[in-house]
Amino acid sequence: MEPLMAITIGVLFAAAIYMMLRRSIVKLVIGLMLLSNAANLLIFATAGMVRGAPPLVPQGLTAPEGAVADPLPQALVLTAIVIAFGVLSFAVVLVRRAWEIVRADDLDKMKDTDT
Amino acid sequence: MQLAVLGGFVVAGMAPLLHHWFGARTPLVMALLPASLAAWLLGQWPAVAAGEVLLLEWAWVPGLDITLTFLIDGLAWLFAMLITVIGALVLVYSGEYLRGHRDLPRFLVVITAFMMSMLGLVLADNLVTLFVFWELTSITSYLLIGFNHTDLAARKAALQGLFVTVGGGLALLAGFAMLAVAGDSWSLAELTGRGELLREHALYTPLLVCVLLGAFTKSAQFPFHFWLPNAMAAPTPVSAYLHSATMVKAGVYLLARLHPALGGTDGWVITLSLVGALTMATGAFLAIQHTNVKKLLAYSTVMALGALTMLLGIGTEGALVAFVAFLLAHSLYKGALFMVAGILDHEAGTKDVTAMGGLRRVMPRTAAVAGVAALSLAGLPPLLGFVGKELMFASVLEASAWRPLILLLAFTAAFLTLAVAAIVALRPFFGAPRETPRVPHEAPHGMLAGPALLALLSLTFGLAPGLLDPLVRATVAGIGTGAGAEVHLALWHGVNLPLLLSLASLLLGLLAYRHWDRLRAWLARLEPLMARGPEAGYEALMAGLVTVAEWQTRMLQNGHIRNYLVVTLLVLVGLVGHALFFRHTFTLDFVLAVYFHEAVVAGLMIAGAVAACVMRSRLAAVAALGVMGFSIALTFVLFSAPDLAITQLLVETLTVILLVLVLFRLPRFATLSTPTERLRDLAVANLTGGLITLLMLAVLSGERLPRISDYMVANSQPLGHGHNIVNVILVDFRALDTLGEMFVLALAAIGVYAMLRFHAEAYDARHQAPSRERDDG
Repeated sequence: MEPLMAITIGVLFAAAIYMMLRRSIVKLVIGLMLLSNAANLLIFATAGMVRGAPPLVPQGLTAPEGAVADPLPQALVLTAIVIAFGVLSFAVVLVRRAWEIVRADDLDKMKDTDT
Repeated sequence: MQLAVLGGFVVAGMAPLLHHWFGARTPLVMALLPASLAAWLLGQWPAVAAGEVLLLEWAWVPGLDITLTFLIDGLAWLFAMLITVIGALVLVYSGEYLRGHRDLPRFLVVITAFMMSMLGLVLADNLVTLFVFWELTSITSYLLIGFNHTDLAARKAALQGLFVTVGGGLALLAGFAMLAVAGDSWSLAELTGRGELLREHALYTPLLVCVLLGAFTKSAQFPFHFWLPNAMAAPTPVSAYLHSATMVKAGVYLLARLHPALGGTDGWVITLSLVGALTMATGAFLAIQHTNVKKLLAYSTVMALGALTMLLGIGTEGALVAFVAFLLAHSLYKGALFMVAGILDHEAGTKDVTAMGGLRRVMPRTAAVAGVAALSLAGLPPLLGFVGKELMFASVLEASAWRPLILLLAFTAAFLTLAVAAIVALRPFFGAPRETPRVPHEAPHGMLAGPALLALLSLTFGLAPGLLDPLVRATVAGIGTGAGAEVHLALWHGVNLPLLLSLASLLLGLLAYRHWDRLRAWLARLEPLMARGPEAGYEALMAGLVTVAEWQTRMLQNGHIRNYLVVTLLVLVGLVGHALFFRHTFTLDFVLAVYFHEAVVAGLMIAGAVAACVMRSRLAAVAALGVMGFSIALTFVLFSAPDLAITQLLVETLTVILLVLVLFRLPRFATLSTPTERLRDLAVANLTGGLITLLMLAVLSGERLPRISDYMVANSQPLGHGHNIVNVILVDFRALDTLGEMFVLALAAIGVYAMLRFHAEAYDARHQAPSRERDDG
């Protein structure tokens, strides 16, 4: 699965960067979302993808029986998903406010401090 | 000793406090520091005179072989003595010169810090330590030249001095690095013993060029001489101390110190003797054109520094003896003369020698001191300056390369210097009295003590130069390659060629003095030529720097986020790609084992991402993002990450709702970019995406390192008492991460709340009025 994921992640990154290079600020935000998802997947997939072995300790045991998926990248990605959501909601509201004041969706029209 | 020097910096920092306690007597109290250091040095004299090399070890950064070891031999001792003795005198002097000045504490802080830096410079054994002190002297010099910071000219001169010396310092750092590599040591004591190795080394030429650049800029050698006269914007005690007796000699000190290691080659001999001789002549020639007493002295300092460099270049035993004698003589008379110049400025209110006259009647003691010091500057018997000059002429006659040219330059410099000495000593004090801006009167004792002592030393050593024999012998042993040479200084060598040259220069010098006013008027016609000198080159360089900076700021910092992104990404792709393909044995070795449903999920992700890019409607783009997000959640389900799947589902749902709610009111996407721009962006995006794919494949085919998570898997239940390992990691093993995450979320929430509360209407109401006025206007 990992090689396929490598290609998928590459496409996600490319899409994210393409969107971040747009002049529309909404597209920039979409690019940011794509980027955070792509990065999360990258961390998750690079650690090795295991089918049907969640990192859980069965009741009554002190350690899982046999190999389980690596829990550490999962914990990191979990944190990252939540933070990405925080950043996104902030960015979205910021875009909204900027539009209300500047009445422009074009980054090139937001270069100066004069509104 | 190291403690004393480092402690000296602490004392420097305490100057304002001391000033609070002692008031106007603070300089006297602070002069105790260099005085006691001088006393300590004096205690080391028997060992130094016996030819011992004292190494005071002190590890600083042992891992990098950087030590704070001090090396005291004859050369270091001589310099350290000059620094501490003249330092103490200058402190006493500046107490009077700056009496009542409101920035006196600041002055004391910086000049004491300078003193300690300079001391560290001449005592350091390690190249890195030496360099640190070297730069410290440049910085403190900058602060002292710009002491009158309300004066534009002073600030400009300070910056110029800083740029020239620190620019040279940069070259010096490179030179030191090469020196350490070539000689396989950072220690000067070891490097000086490896001259053979260094001179044969392939790096010899580049390292010599770099070291010479550093030394020449610091010691104001041609064509870097222009900063020194400008540095005269500093208060006079600073000029006396930094810009004649000590700091500008740092370059000469370095050359002397490295003479055994690097000297003797053709490159060394020719460069040093020619540059030195040229600097001598330039300094003396430019001096004669000025009427400002400080400028006259500054240019004659340039001349003296040139002479010292030239003598090191000639490098014979006799030249080294001449070097030491000339160095000592110059420090004594020039320190005294600068202090006299300060007295004139302080008491008569002018620095222009043509505006003064007949002052010997009101200030006889100053006149006497000036006369003695100027006799030494002129190189007349029975003063130390005469001994120095005779030896200098004798050495020039021994020069192996370009002898006639060097002799001509040195002779020109000598007779012009004699004229300068006459101007400084005779003009203000003899002739008809003139009106000066202030009513002149004799200087206070505090100001006279320093120059008087220095002049007295010039006279004593001139009358009995034999007193200096042990010192010269010890110093030459440190510079020369062979130790223990027989040295004997004498005032009278019999009638020989140097004496005849002295006589000739005396006659020509007096002639030049007699016709000085006419000479100056004639030289003024050369002004347009002078305007194209090295200083014009410096100005052009600085202007060019500003232009380039403006240009590249406009190019790179142009306010377009996508340009920054493109540059950053291309650099990333270039560097990482280069490392991946050329530094890494890159093999694509994997087996593709995928179930059909997994391939479908991956396909959905790709389709969602691409659709989000190309959709023309915002709602459709958000929906495509949702498809991608939920496919990612599915991936987490399929590959053993139930917690991630739950979080992703929750967040994705919230995200879609948020985007729909907030972005709904924004305008539709418009086409803002040209097809060319889109193609360029597509290329950058694909390059980066491709690189990420390759990187990930490279990681996957590489060797797996042991995982830290094995520990977490094994200890989750026993230590964390939890069955879900991911949860235990979040709240236990890496709980601080989670705490940080909570802070980020809280901050984002506060930001969102604040932005929603701050209504656009309120903003408009407040800003509409002024903007309307602006429209009307």
